[in-house]
Amino acid sequence: MANSKQLYWEDIAVEMEIPQLTKIATTQMLVQWAGASGDLNPHHYDAGTPLAAATGGIIVHGALKRQWLVQLMTDWIGSKGILKKFSCQYRAIDKPRSMKDFTDPLDGETWLCRGNVTKKYEEDGICYTDCNIWIENGTGQKTTLGSATVILPAKE
Amino acid sequence: MSNDIKAKVEELKQKYIGTIGEPTVMEVEWGSIKRFAQAVGDQNPLWNDAEFARKTEYGQVICPPGFFGWAAKSKPGLSGLTAKMMGEFAVSGFPGVLDGGMEYEFNIPIHPGDIIISSGKIADIYAKEGRTGASIFGVVEITYTNQNGDVVAKSRATLIGRQA
Repeated sequence: MANSKQLYWEDIAVEMEIPQLTKIATTQMLVQWAGASGDLNPHHYDAGTPLAAATGGIIVHGALKRQWLVQLMTDWIGSKGILKKFSCQYRAIDKPRSMKDFTDPLDGETWLCRGNVTKKYEEDGICYTDCNIWIENGTGQKTTLGSATVILPAKE
Repeated sequence: MSNDIKAKVEELKQKYIGTIGEPTVMEVEWGSIKRFAQAVGDQNPLWNDAEFARKTEYGQVICPPGFFGWAAKSKPGLSGLTAKMMGEFAVSGFPGVLDGGMEYEFNIPIHPGDIIISSGKIADIYAKEGRTGASIFGVVEITYTNQNGDVVAKSRATLIGRQA
């Protein structure tokens, strides 16, 4: 995990940045994700399918990008934090790296999962923190946009 | 927006909004949780480390938010209700399935051994027209309930058919 320290309500300040999460995707990882998630859409592993031709090649599963953003939040909030709400939308396609051999990828895109705090508030005695989250590619283009709400414990 | 598309959207709305699909029963197993987490690259001990999880308020490992287990019988393709809706979009001239996004609300943690029942409903259908053509959007709302009848989570998925 990027950050194993527990995050508390008192640590939150509006505009603070969530620790960034770096991700790559390879065709092999997409196969692994397809098996683990049950999404067998050939758009994500079959360069010969017309679905891939329409996008200039195999694309990363939206759901995998979504799960990266979930990890961005769960890494940050620690085992006592709770992810309450989450949303994301895909604005651009992302392409995986091909594999050089059995274990190593060729060069390609690296993505940054990022976010910041937009609001901190109490409602019915529960402490909520709202965040903007996104994935940006190597040129800084935001390919996925989202938001999340977490509940954090108060320091004892 | 062209009247043809407006009329088509109205027709689809009349036909589909409120339609509820067959519930799916999913089994939650730690092995599939770990495999899911590994595919994400997510090493959080809450889903990966039984000793660690035992010492937390959860008392045992939990699912990463967004994992709801596996249907006992699953096959490639969209689930019944979503497949039906996207099939209708395709026949209307808006083929393909693009994942437009997802919203989640998480209520109760899910543990290995839980049985999750997911029930989906078509909540909205609308269209947008842009420079590159029109798209029809379908929104499916799913409620996830555990073996105790408690709602563990809700989701709202948007799927897009693009004008051929």
